[in-house]
Amino acid sequence: MTGHSNPIGPRLLALGAIAALPLTLAACELGPKQSQQLGPRGPAMEQVTNLNLVKPPAAPPASAYALTSRDGQKAREVYPELQVLGDISVDEFGLLMANMTAWVVPADAPPEQAGCNYCHNPENMASYEKYTKSVALNMLKMTQNINVNWQSHVKQTGVTCYTCHRGKGIPEYSWSLKPEPVSRGMTGYRAGQNEPLAVVGYSSLPNDPNGTFFLEPNEIRVNSKQIHPNGENPADIKAAERTYGLMMRVSGALGVNCTFCHNTQNFAEWTHSRVQKQTAWFGIRMVRQANSDYIQPLASVFPAKGWDGQARLGPLGDPLKVNCQTCHQGYSKPLGGVSMLADNPSLREVWRAGAPAPAPTPVAVIAAGAVATPTGVAVAKVVATGAAAEAVVAKADAVRDAMAPATN
Amino acid sequence: MALLSFERKYRVRGGTLIGGDLFDFWVGPFYVGFFGVTTIFFAALGTALIFWGASQGPTWNPWLISIDPPDLSYGLGLAPLMEGGLWQIITICAIGAFSSWALREVEICRKLGMGYHVPFAFSVAIFAYVTLVVFRPLLLGAWGHGFPYGIFSHLDWVSNVGYQFLHFHYNPAHMIAVTFFFTTTFALGLHGSLILSSANPAKGTDVKSPEYEDSFFRDVLGYSVGELGIHRLGLFLALSAGFWSAVCIIISGPFWTRGWPEWWTWWLELPIWS
Repeated sequence: MTGHSNPIGPRLLALGAIAALPLTLAACELGPKQSQQLGPRGPAMEQVTNLNLVKPPAAPPASAYALTSRDGQKAREVYPELQVLGDISVDEFGLLMANMTAWVVPADAPPEQAGCNYCHNPENMASYEKYTKSVALNMLKMTQNINVNWQSHVKQTGVTCYTCHRGKGIPEYSWSLKPEPVSRGMTGYRAGQNEPLAVVGYSSLPNDPNGTFFLEPNEIRVNSKQIHPNGENPADIKAAERTYGLMMRVSGALGVNCTFCHNTQNFAEWTHSRVQKQTAWFGIRMVRQANSDYIQPLASVFPAKGWDGQARLGPLGDPLKVNCQTCHQGYSKPLGGVSMLADNPSLREVWRAGAPAPAPTPVAVIAAGAVATPTGVAVAKVVATGAAAEAVVAKADAVRDAMAPATN
Repeated sequence: MALLSFERKYRVRGGTLIGGDLFDFWVGPFYVGFFGVTTIFFAALGTALIFWGASQGPTWNPWLISIDPPDLSYGLGLAPLMEGGLWQIITICAIGAFSSWALREVEICRKLGMGYHVPFAFSVAIFAYVTLVVFRPLLLGAWGHGFPYGIFSHLDWVSNVGYQFLHFHYNPAHMIAVTFFFTTTFALGLHGSLILSSANPAKGTDVKSPEYEDSFFRDVLGYSVGELGIHRLGLFLALSAGFWSAVCIIISGPFWTRGWPEWWTWWLELPIWS
């Protein structure tokens, strides 16, 4: 009976260890939780947040001074060489210049780069001898394009330079194309995945969605339309994982989980999803246009390194571009949804030198009305998709063409 | 009735937990007992309420019928009947019926003079259910966190709760639970095939004894857990699967709100290399 001398001690120890394991696994976040219901009751479309982890969004800086009137002498009468801001008053122009300086120019810039000198030669303000002025001109056109033609995404809140720049010359969250991963034998090749990076929420998913989705016009439709394979869906598992990686990027940038947009019963289905999915759909295309038409052409304008020694071009020679995180920075509404356009209304208007000012053209096509699903479970607003949505993009393209970016 | 010879041992008086001899009788082959009565009561009422709820809903399609929990805004209070109150009453009925059945099993164990393995095992399943619809909602502060009672709708719930944490396969307790589920079916597959082959020998040969069964796995694996041991192992694997399922959902929300892949950053942050 030697084997039965003391069976209780080890058993108790083992039981104790087993009982402690769940506590160990769970011993992560004990703070107060707040949950928010995002859909109809039942299917658990919810955001559950730990209040200890929630930080209020950064407050945008106040305008240099309040814009009281838009009347007065036109800026182009004083500065005839203006290309995109000539149709506003001299006062408003001066205010915007002051605000742009606060939004973009680093506070610790050396004298020759400080304030107006960041972009301008103080001896000749009209000169484009500093590359930063060409960049700023393009970025103004981009901002106006976003605020005028992409209200489907930025709504009436709009964006300013500050939404991305936050007082820095280079926005904190930018990206450039990565070189092809080099194989270093059996264990050295990660195929662009299997790295615990924040961009994919520390999962093993493909971790560079930027070039694929935020520059190239690749679609993300991987869901099949029926249960059984019939050869109609060309998407493979790798395509699905690339899409999942992109969605991780979006989720992290907005500080939300998948159910903020999707009823995951069917990711692709518009009628079961929240209206936020449409906003995001437009957002991906907005970012793509900003990158391909406004930032990418600046490759020949940017120096490899700026005055501060920091790279202005990526390893493949392309400029630093934007994605969701560049503006959102962890919040579903950048800067908590505070609009900075009240004092800078010209950022939502389009004017080109030598052409009459066109009326702002809102392009949001989100239709009113709710549609119930066959189960009566999910209710969501529906947007015109397919042809109608393509028409919106085509319209935005047309406006974009009229505002051809400067490449000097 | 082939079981009658067996029932001689089963049909003994006593061993009841409550009610003394009052309900200590059989209807046909079925023991009643106090908890048989409460089981019938809760099960009949709950089922009737589900049918009544379905009659008030948009569909009779059995796949799509769903009794949904209340909106989160009702918190831990009572909701109006058609806005989740029905779900609350049906939940009470379900817990009443499941626990009654477990206690009826206890009474039968006492009559048979055997251990409580069966009611204990069933209790783990009840524990997993109660974790989903009571413990986790209590910890998160609203009954609306429970899952809806419907064939498709509860699957949608599972999917959405998983995606609330971006990628649920990274939930460590989910990993353990899934591993136990696979292992328990694997063990059952090995054991079942062994028993079937022992009990169905080639024509003209005898049914094989446990010595043969042990020899088979000693040949294949170098070890046989034995005829009693395999049932202990099976019980452990099956109960562990259910237990860790409950753990994986109770930590999702009450104890972790971010994506589950991010939980593993504790590994990256170990002071050894960080």
